[in-house]
Amino acid sequence: MVETLTSHDASVLWVIPTLPLAISMLNLFVGKRLGRWAGVLATMAVAASFAVAVASVADLLSRPAGERLASQHLFDWISVGGFRVGADLRLDGLSAMMILVITGIGALIHLYSIGYMAHDERRGRFFAYLNLFVFFMLMLVLGANYLVLYLGWEGVGLCSFLLIGFWSDKLTNAEAAKKAFITTRIGDTLMLVGLATLVFKFGTLDFVPIFGAAPTVLTKDAATVIALLLFAGAIGKSAQLPLQVWLPDAMAGPTPVSALIHAATMVTAGVYLVIRSHVLFEISGVALTVVLVIGVATALFAATCAIAQVDIKRVLAYSTISQLGYMFIAVGMRAYAVAMFFLVAHAFYKALMFLGAGSVIHGMHGEQDMRQMGGLRKVMPVTFVTFAIGALAQAGIPPLAGFFAKDALLEVAQHTGRTAVYGLGTLAAFLTAFYLGRMLILTFFGKPRSDAAEHAHESSPLIWIPLAILAAGVAFAGVLELNPEGKLTSLLDPLLGALHDAGGLPFATLAEIAVAVAVVALAITWWIYGSGRIDPNAFRARMEPMATAAQHGWYVDRAYDVVFVQPAKALARMTGEVLDAKVIDGAVNGVAGLVQRAAAGGRLIQTGFVRTYALVLFLGAVLVLGYIGVRV
Amino acid sequence: MSGHVLSAVIFLPLLGVLGLVIGGRQITDAGARWITLLVTLVTFSVSLAMLGRFTAADPGYQLIEQASWVPGIGLQYLIGVDGISLWLVLLTTFLFPISVLASWTVTANVRRYMVAMLVLETAVLGSFLALDLILFFIFFEAILVPMYLLIGGWGGERRVHAALKFFLYTMAGSAFLLVAIIFLYAKAGGGTFDVRTLADTAATLPLATARWLFLGFLVAFAVKVPLFPLHTWLPDAHTEAPTAASVLLAGVLLKVGAYGLIRFNMALFPEASKHFATPIMVLAAIGIVYGAVCAISQRDVKRLVAYSSVSHLGFVVLGLFAFTQQAVSGSVLQMVNHGLATGALFLLVGMLYERTHTRQLDEMGGLASVMPWLLGFFLFAVFASAGLPGLNSFVGEFLVIIGTFAISHWLGVAASIAVVLSAIYLLWSYQRVAYGAVRDEHRGLADVSAREVVVLAPVLALLLVFGVYPKMLTSAIDPATARVIEHVAPDHPTTVVTGVEVADEGSRG
Repeated sequence: MVETLTSHDASVLWVIPTLPLAISMLNLFVGKRLGRWAGVLATMAVAASFAVAVASVADLLSRPAGERLASQHLFDWISVGGFRVGADLRLDGLSAMMILVITGIGALIHLYSIGYMAHDERRGRFFAYLNLFVFFMLMLVLGANYLVLYLGWEGVGLCSFLLIGFWSDKLTNAEAAKKAFITTRIGDTLMLVGLATLVFKFGTLDFVPIFGAAPTVLTKDAATVIALLLFAGAIGKSAQLPLQVWLPDAMAGPTPVSALIHAATMVTAGVYLVIRSHVLFEISGVALTVVLVIGVATALFAATCAIAQVDIKRVLAYSTISQLGYMFIAVGMRAYAVAMFFLVAHAFYKALMFLGAGSVIHGMHGEQDMRQMGGLRKVMPVTFVTFAIGALAQAGIPPLAGFFAKDALLEVAQHTGRTAVYGLGTLAAFLTAFYLGRMLILTFFGKPRSDAAEHAHESSPLIWIPLAILAAGVAFAGVLELNPEGKLTSLLDPLLGALHDAGGLPFATLAEIAVAVAVVALAITWWIYGSGRIDPNAFRARMEPMATAAQHGWYVDRAYDVVFVQPAKALARMTGEVLDAKVIDGAVNGVAGLVQRAAAGGRLIQTGFVRTYALVLFLGAVLVLGYIGVRV
Repeated sequence: MSGHVLSAVIFLPLLGVLGLVIGGRQITDAGARWITLLVTLVTFSVSLAMLGRFTAADPGYQLIEQASWVPGIGLQYLIGVDGISLWLVLLTTFLFPISVLASWTVTANVRRYMVAMLVLETAVLGSFLALDLILFFIFFEAILVPMYLLIGGWGGERRVHAALKFFLYTMAGSAFLLVAIIFLYAKAGGGTFDVRTLADTAATLPLATARWLFLGFLVAFAVKVPLFPLHTWLPDAHTEAPTAASVLLAGVLLKVGAYGLIRFNMALFPEASKHFATPIMVLAAIGIVYGAVCAISQRDVKRLVAYSSVSHLGFVVLGLFAFTQQAVSGSVLQMVNHGLATGALFLLVGMLYERTHTRQLDEMGGLASVMPWLLGFFLFAVFASAGLPGLNSFVGEFLVIIGTFAISHWLGVAASIAVVLSAIYLLWSYQRVAYGAVRDEHRGLADVSAREVVVLAPVLALLLVFGVYPKMLTSAIDPATARVIEHVAPDHPTTVVTGVEVADEGSRG
């Protein structure tokens, strides 16, 4: 069971989200005049936010384990008839990790964006949106109740919309932005019903009373309903099956956006939501199983899609979906600390790879197709080394961060007797190493396959310095977990409850299996794509039509279009153009026509002028009133 | 003026009319504009004085002014304000100067146009403040004439058809209202049209009579709201109306209907209000989804916003008849918020029309790159209307949803569907206006002018302010709605009760 934490007031929490908000507004209105300073100010705002966050977390850690909860009440947001929602912030172990990732990695991505967006004349707008995103993301994780969380939740959706469609003169970008917002809002709608159910059951949306009273108030079934409604929101935001379709298209946004929003932070909000609500999921039990099943299915599904992509960013997009699936696997097994460790590690290596991909795209003058690349390691050495560190980390090569995260997860599966999860997780790990190896080789090894690749150049220091810092982080983050009494679990366990370990294969054995799987997968990719003994194109041809199907996400998108989107559009057209215009309005006009015909005899009355009608009505009213007056 | 602040608010615009009429042809177009703007601004500042004298904690009518008018039949000049009408009055006085300023581009018959605007303001304000049924009816009917003239005189191509439809449809509804008022007066007697007194005496009516009378009132107000399926006059009227008329139609006129429901139907016929609550709520929920679905398929941007109003006003009616504190207060809040958000949308659509001369979504596109500020403001209003938390509409809708959910889970869920539907029609239409390739004839269009910024800025600012701090409004709304609920459904769970007690009730609904 979870112990109750003693809370203390923290008066600086509001500063953390407000800094990026303030600069966002500045850039929104006068960004154009700020020129280059727009990006500098935006980066400084997030960096300052990071500094305050570090100080706040340090203060939190200096307290005894049972008192690591800081809260701040800003003002009453909604207060109607005894139902009150405050603009309340809360910092605990869970939100601490999130804000460090958001502001830390966020600051690096802002820094990178200064260089990346240097030649875009609308960069003021860009940084305004990017800062606004950081604000909403911080509200999402700092909120002390579900409504502030929902504010952040919808807000990041808004910024995601604005940034995916940033280059909106190209209609496909705008389409992708709209698709992302609407698809995630399907989940959000169910989540909103979940919030209504919480209000119905608890009369509040504050975390503390809800989680405190939940075991006595909620039946198993009620908890299942609420948990699944919340999870629906998480499925949308974190692009899990069956709402995964928006994320690959979201790559239409500028690459720093993909790194920040669609890899490191926003898409992990679903994981955060479920962990934050773990009390409800645990009462249900069934809901955790659903989370686990969706996680496994998504991890495998997206990994198969990633193998077949030709666009470097779409590999990373499917890879992100798959990795988020992993995080939900951990959550579904109640291994919250593992999920959070995975989340942090992933934020580092995926942001690193996205920014690396951005550097590649920059160097290739906008080309994203890996078939046009090759041999870039010679001309882009820094990008290559850092990107490779990210890829190897995710593939699970020790001692990089990803290895520990994935290994911890598979260990939990094995040690809690979930052999199927362990097996499928290992299979997905094999596929992961495969598509990463393929991407690495196609991009950086072999001979240049196009003019652009021939003449590619290394990016400026402004772009590769963030890469180097992130790469160092990827290497360093693993160390956190090396120590079993590391800060992470000590931070989270009092909040979330420790995991019971039933025992199983020893850590070393599991690690050896995992590393062997990764190395074998990488070796196979080298054999296919790097050794020159096999023609990759012929290999792909032999895999048809599976390869093309996987490249198109197994046609889920197209199926949705046929089954849902087109019929819904037809239905809307029927409703608007036939039902409303002909049937309902037709009835109204019909009645009017009848009256007209009935009055046709009395043409004298039917003068057709509204003022006559008005006069008649007025006279009628006077007459009736007069009649009443006489009677009284 | 000190004791007559409400009368001053109502009749100041009429004073302006007097000036415009007396001045006659000597007044230039520019003069007429400035006079009207000044009058509406003064009216607004007087209404702020009203706000200053208002006691938020007092649930009853305040600043009452009472005078005998036609003693023979007990007709009185009786006006007063409570926490419900307070914000509707302020919304009205706030939107009028903005609408006048937005009408700067009207060039035909300016003086007459401004006269119609000012008469309309008096009529609307009178409707919100009258506490005597006949006085209310006179104001209520008086709204029709200037609105009819505005649509018919300064509207689009099919303005005559739309104006006539608007007039006759609403008038047909009013006929029921008038008959019901007179019948009520004759039956419940007391020789007065004072709503406060009638609220008590109407309780002595036989149930069946009260229910029939309720329906009479309902038809008149349901047309005005408009409640599905009585809404088809609205898209026509909006499409043809000039910008300011659209703003005022959506912003305040529709609220007169919803206001009538809470002020008169519920006060006079509490039993019938409860009796008919379920079918009305079902119609409202259908309207929420139906209006949104119709909006998706529209090609004319004004029709689209009109249908979105049908959907949003469905929230208002749904919440009113749920009779929980959150739902009813949320409804009143939603009335104000919809007025602002939809008002902003119509202002922006009007500005787009003045530049592109089209309302067809297919004939726009790429305008964000031509007029970044205008389209930026438009996007802000779009997201406010789509119920983005932090902006105003969200709060009202959320309160209605949770307040309705406590009564009926299914109706609460049905209302929630609008969350995703509104995102579809609003973003889709925005995309068609703003994104993609620019048409050649739209290159070089001017971005917002200083005048337009002055028009938009106050409205857009309030979209944010009321989204972040709705308590400004609800602290006055809450006591008044609590009184209504107490009157209609004293046994209802007026608040969402906390904890275990509610868990036992879980099977309800």
